Amino acid sequence: MKHNLILRVISKFMIPLIFLFALYVQFHGDFGPGGGFQAGVIFSAGIILYALVFGTELAQKIIPPRVLHFLASLGVLIYAGTGVASLILGGKYLEYGVLGSNQVAGQHLGILVIELGVGITVMSVMLIIFFTFAERGRPE
Amino acid sequence: MIESIVDIVLLALLVIHAIAIIYLRNLFAVIMLFSSFSFISAGLFVVMDAVDVAFTEAAVGAGISTVLMLGTIALTYSRGDNKQEKLPAHKPWLPLIVVILTGGMLIYGTSDIPAFGDPLAPAQQHVAPYYLEQSLPDTGVPNVVTAVLASYRGFDTLGEVTVIFTAGVAVLLLIGGRRRTKTETRAGDDRET
Repeated sequence: MKHNLILRVISKFMIPLIFLFALYVQFHGDFGPGGGFQAGVIFSAGIILYALVFGTELAQKIIPPRVLHFLASLGVLIYAGTGVASLILGGKYLEYGVLGSNQVAGQHLGILVIELGVGITVMSVMLIIFFTFAERGRPE
Repeated sequence: MIESIVDIVLLALLVIHAIAIIYLRNLFAVIMLFSSFSFISAGLFVVMDAVDVAFTEAAVGAGISTVLMLGTIALTYSRGDNKQEKLPAHKPWLPLIVVILTGGMLIYGTSDIPAFGDPLAPAQQHVAPYYLEQSLPDTGVPNVVTAVLASYRGFDTLGEVTVIFTAGVAVLLLIGGRRRTKTETRAGDDRET
């Protein structure tokens, strides 16, 4: 699709909006619908759109596979690490209340952090799957 | 009134999609119909006030899985094929009987289901009242869905994230590595199995 002018222009316009919306869904999940899972999928959809229109090689220059592998495990680590942090601070595993000065502040912080972990893992795993499929289909 | 009209229109569209998917042999068209089937389901979830579920359905069901199915089609068909599904070799009677029996039992089962949104339904009696009353004072998060997913059911969500991570690892292990080619043309490829 490299020669399709309309697709290129429209997607260049759309991709920043998709990223912005993904960040909104990620960090506004406490108040509106959404959360880490949806945000990760939307964010990866932006990059997948870029890869479909401009080619996977250019997309992999933005996020190399090695970085994706790192991010996929980082997200799980952030989530599980939050649990360990609350253990160290004297609570139970994933008891966010001990993370902040009071119960509500700790819950807020904990939910924000683990949603971030979910978002990072979902985003990078979706991209890993997409890139692996795309790579496999490329004629060599 | 207006809600039931919207419900009937959306459900009718779902049925039309399902029938079209059964009859179509062009796999590309079938995938596109799957995608719009997901979008219509997302619309149904919105009508039922389950916006979080609708969001996920629209993003994952209609978005990512469509891309992945298209990728699979691109992988499994060579250039000469016309991406047509082959006609089934067996007679349709056994699957038809199974489907009719299962469908009949499901419809029979709906007669016992409590009405939509019934506050006395067993599902609303167990932990749901506690969540609805206590999630704001407990967590300070206005969206009950987020409070349940991230806080009350934090262990489950950790498991889900691990499942997603495992799926990514499995895809990488199965089809991830470089294919062995006679001429190693691409230098600097740092993907190793």
